[in-house]
Amino acid sequence: MDMDWMAWTTPTAIFFLCIALMLAAMTAWEVVSPTVEAKGFLPMRTTRGDRLFIGLLGSAFIHLGWLATTDLSLWGALAVSLVWTAVVIRFG
Amino acid sequence: MDKVQDNRAWFLIIPVFLIVAFSAVVPLMTVVNYSVQEIFGPGQTFFVGTEWFEAVLADDRLHDALVRQIIYSLAVLLIEIPLGILIALGMPGGRSARTSLTLVLLALPLLIPFNVVGTIWQIFGRGDIGLLGATFRAIGIDYNYTSNSAHAWITVLVMDVWHWTSLVALLCYAGLQSIPPAFYQAAKIDGASKWAVFRYIQLPKMRGVLIIAVLLRFMDSFMIYTEPFVLTGGGPGNSTTFLSQYLTQMAVGQFDIGKAAAFSIVYFLIVLLFSFVFYTIITRTGEGERK
Amino acid sequence: MSKAAVLAPGSLAAPANIRRSSARVSGRTVVLVCYVVFLMLPIYWMVNMSFKTNEEILSGLTLYPHNPTLRNYAVIFTDPSWYSGYINSIYYVTLNTIISLSVALPAAYAFSRYRFIGDKHVFFWLLTNKMAPPAVFLLPFFQLYQTVGLFDTHIAVALAHCLFNVPLAVWILEGFMSGVPREIDEMAYIDGYSFPRFFTTVFMPMIRAGIGVTAFFCFMFSWVELLLARTLTSVDAKPIAATMTRTVSASGMDWGLLAAAGVLTILPGALVIWFVRNYIAKGFALGRV
Repeated sequence: MDMDWMAWTTPTAIFFLCIALMLAAMTAWEVVSPTVEAKGFLPMRTTRGDRLFIGLLGSAFIHLGWLATTDLSLWGALAVSLVWTAVVIRFG
Repeated sequence: MDKVQDNRAWFLIIPVFLIVAFSAVVPLMTVVNYSVQEIFGPGQTFFVGTEWFEAVLADDRLHDALVRQIIYSLAVLLIEIPLGILIALGMPGGRSARTSLTLVLLALPLLIPFNVVGTIWQIFGRGDIGLLGATFRAIGIDYNYTSNSAHAWITVLVMDVWHWTSLVALLCYAGLQSIPPAFYQAAKIDGASKWAVFRYIQLPKMRGVLIIAVLLRFMDSFMIYTEPFVLTGGGPGNSTTFLSQYLTQMAVGQFDIGKAAAFSIVYFLIVLLFSFVFYTIITRTGEGERK
Repeated sequence: MSKAAVLAPGSLAAPANIRRSSARVSGRTVVLVCYVVFLMLPIYWMVNMSFKTNEEILSGLTLYPHNPTLRNYAVIFTDPSWYSGYINSIYYVTLNTIISLSVALPAAYAFSRYRFIGDKHVFFWLLTNKMAPPAVFLLPFFQLYQTVGLFDTHIAVALAHCLFNVPLAVWILEGFMSGVPREIDEMAYIDGYSFPRFFTTVFMPMIRAGIGVTAFFCFMFSWVELLLARTLTSVDAKPIAATMTRTVSASGMDWGLLAAAGVLTILPGALVIWFVRNYIAKGFALGRV
């Protein structure tokens, strides 16, 4: 089957690989030590998976905002996103 | 209900997982791939990084379409939700023939293919052959949805109200049906007014279904495509060009695949954000009731 | 509250109350009746037009067909390019309903009975697909189905519609299944039923109303969707809704024919809806009332 039409590029492949690894890691973590719903600074009780999702969704919007408002390198947005995701997962 | 912890349940999910992955994950990955490239044809692609995203975020026509879309969705919610509640309150009770007939008549517009809804209103609204258009002309209003932006916009809105208010009404009706008659008897003994009955008995019971109604109506109106496409084609000018129309124009009309893909992702992220917020509210409300 | 309950013998003790309530009730009924009239008028207009000749349509406004004709319907039922559109639509809609139900039933059972790793997230992920704008998937769908050689087949449209119908089916069925007490499952397992046997002979009959409603909703959403159906087909599996654009010809619009085709697309829904009328509302609430 010809899969050329999917037009893979190295950056997008790395991106999806990271997502897949993250899901695998979360699953493994869940097996080793099941998550407990906890209340952090977010308005509702969340599990680890919820917080990862919120972190990633937030990161997507951080990247979009970065692109819309600045001309700086996108690595800056990545750095901000990583901090945001880490904060949400730890304290959310 | 207490659920049992058992990871073997995953085997029951696998068919759904595979079928949705095939129709959702593969296309979504492809859209992401397209969004970072300039595409001239199969095998002729060039990596452009985030250029398309920057173009989309700075696109004035897109901003206009987004503003129109948000105003439209809000108008839809502001009209359809109260109207739906009002209609549900007027529904005959019990399982009589009258109830059945009303239910079927109300549900009828929901079963009409989207483009036929457009066609119905096209036929109905035209000045020369349509009842609505002809009536307006007879009373001296120069109504023409194909050339007047305001008329076109209002016609699309009225069409949406016609098409979907029944959904809100049916949901609210389902919510009202779940109120035990004893509640009403108690209210009558207390001499509660109609408004008090509505405010303290009926509205709280409808809360769950109303959230679903708002969610469904917001999402569907945010993605509206076929009905205005048939009725007005997005015009006159761009007055009824909503997000989906603009996206389809870009992808199919101008063959701007990279930009359309970037647009799709931004669009999807917005919808995802709203769905997540609504979904969280729906599920947390349910938990609150069960406890 | 319904009028009948207010007028019940027990409430005769408070005549003032009756008068006030029944006035209010009739006010609400007026809203309902007006709304139903508003709903029916455009539909009536289309039905009316489908029985007219084009001369009558264009010559002036008539509230009912003065020279009723069946010509418009005759054209549709005798021209294969017209009626094959209906057959195509019904074919892929049925296919979609069968696929959606058969994969959604076990999944909904899993969601309603078990906790497992990632359950809530998978459920939400399924839901996001129901909420994804179909326009987003247009292009890759076209490419995907062309690559796997399914372009312009009924199965392609059926599979594409699974994108939103499978999540919907899972959600509605889960709502209905959660209403069945767990004890029934446990009793059956103690009695020595295997899971497949229990599921098909005990459990499915218990939620048959739910299955019926789900089938109806899959049917409905697949029937009304056009954007994907039109994109994924060209000739062999072209849906009726796409065929309708053919009425635009060099000699102008054939309004009568267009109206007749429109009427025929409403009929299947109108027929099916009667059977599920008492469950529609519960279905729309995704089984959560």
